[in-house]
Amino acid sequence: MRSSAISVSGLRKNYGDKVVLDGIDFDVPAGSIFSLLGPNGAGKTTTVNILTTLMRADGGTVRVAGHDVASATKRVRSAIGVTGQFAAVDELLSGRENLRLAADLKHLRSGDQVVTGLLKRFDLMESADKLASTYSGGMRRKLDLAMTLVGNPEIIFLDEPTTGLDPRSRRTMWGIVRELVAEGTTIFLTTQYLEEADQLADQIAVLYQGRLVARGTPEELKRQVPGAHLQLRFADLHDLGSAARILAGSTRDDDELTLRVPHDGQPRSVLALLNRLDEHMINLREFTVRTPDLDDVFLALTDTTSTNHSREEATVR
Amino acid sequence: MSAVATSFGDSAVMLRRNLKHTLRNPTTVFNAILFPIVIMLMFVKVFGGAFSVGSSYINYATPGLLVMAVSYGLSATATGVNSDMTKGIINRFKVMDVSRGAVLTGHVVVTTLRCLVACAAIVGVAFALGFRPSASALDWLAAVGLVVLLGFAAGWLTVALGLAAKSVESAGVATVPLIMLPFLSSAFVPAESMGAGVRQFAEYQPFTPIIETLRGLLMGNLSTGSAIAAVAWCVGLALVGYLWSVSTFNKRA
Repeated sequence: MRSSAISVSGLRKNYGDKVVLDGIDFDVPAGSIFSLLGPNGAGKTTTVNILTTLMRADGGTVRVAGHDVASATKRVRSAIGVTGQFAAVDELLSGRENLRLAADLKHLRSGDQVVTGLLKRFDLMESADKLASTYSGGMRRKLDLAMTLVGNPEIIFLDEPTTGLDPRSRRTMWGIVRELVAEGTTIFLTTQYLEEADQLADQIAVLYQGRLVARGTPEELKRQVPGAHLQLRFADLHDLGSAARILAGSTRDDDELTLRVPHDGQPRSVLALLNRLDEHMINLREFTVRTPDLDDVFLALTDTTSTNHSREEATVR
Repeated sequence: MSAVATSFGDSAVMLRRNLKHTLRNPTTVFNAILFPIVIMLMFVKVFGGAFSVGSSYINYATPGLLVMAVSYGLSATATGVNSDMTKGIINRFKVMDVSRGAVLTGHVVVTTLRCLVACAAIVGVAFALGFRPSASALDWLAAVGLVVLLGFAAGWLTVALGLAAKSVESAGVATVPLIMLPFLSSAFVPAESMGAGVRQFAEYQPFTPIIETLRGLLMGNLSTGSAIAAVAWCVGLALVGYLWSVSTFNKRA
């Protein structure tokens, strides 16, 4: 069994009387990618700040690289690298100087080699001597991550590393993250994009209103929601009604004139279904084949949480 | 490496960073070095002829202009410190275990150096405008020492202002009172010629003894009282600035 790079238990944090983290637990094995997924304001950045020694927890224990973040702060700091939500590069320095700054502050002997290596690896050689203020958003993120990699930290924290990036830069970033893990680095990643977590993470935890509402591999999470279905839209209520009678187990939505039919999405059976509608002279406006993705998981999870809440309130009353 | 050597090394790295910032920011260079010269030309060539100060006006005004040159260079420090705090780079430094001392000392030392350069420029232009000091080499050395001390004190005070400000813009504005102080001192006209109220303020504010001491050193009529007051003010302001900086830094980051 692999040792754990990060282990968190009972982590709590309040801002005044507002509870931001309400007792969360998780464990990240060394050499894996862990993704903390959640909407804005869920407490993702607060978690990162506590795990990276920038903020103190109000309760619980956090061990990073085997050290307690509260008591062995220096040891934790020497093992980690952090790329925050806002690119922490120095705009009045060039790309090369930014990396040099990081290398000097890490007291590296072979600073020049490290700097050139990172510039090449991140495809920044051409703009190496231009000021970071002239860089595009994607280049800034790359430079930021390159600065984080100076000194080869064993655990890297990425707080929403692709927020605001165009699709191409996002893919580049994903490629870099995968390379890092292949080299044995542990990655802790927060994101609000389900696709990103799905693409990268070995383990996902969904953070919602300060609690972890789900945890598991992307596959495990997807299994938690109802399966694939077809969505059919009709011209009028009459057709909708007829179709609902023919297709057993379907759910109708009269306002949208749609019918949701549980389905495996196989082409042959889709064809059979469409033929049956045609035999009954039912006019179909459009149809969509839906397979569950993490969006469904996310909506289902956060939705049940809120209905549970209202149910509790109802019982109390 | 020992802790002290590490901290010293980090301070040197931060100092180099802040020096580059100064050189690459045209606004900073203009505000800190050219603007005091513009003010100097205005006072000496435009208003100066109308003031009666009992000697050549350039000889009277140069010490005050030196102090003003120091205060004009401060806003760059306040905005620089504030943007370090608000734009996320401070978190990188903290995670890299860069000491608080290194981050702040870098700013203070660069501020002091910038003040020295601005003052050298003022003295250069003053000579061209007919400034004829009677100072000995030792007097010059003492004057430079006082400017360094003033830059250092104002540097710590400004770092504190920059740390305390909510945004980069308000950090820049926070140094305006320091820029105004030389005008309400004996820098350009003797305090005795001012109206009641303003006069008392001018007599007891910190820049007046500092200016009087510089004037005494350069023009050869140094009063021990104002010299002691000048050094005391600088040390006091440096201490207040330092303590305020450290407590604000700990609260914010």
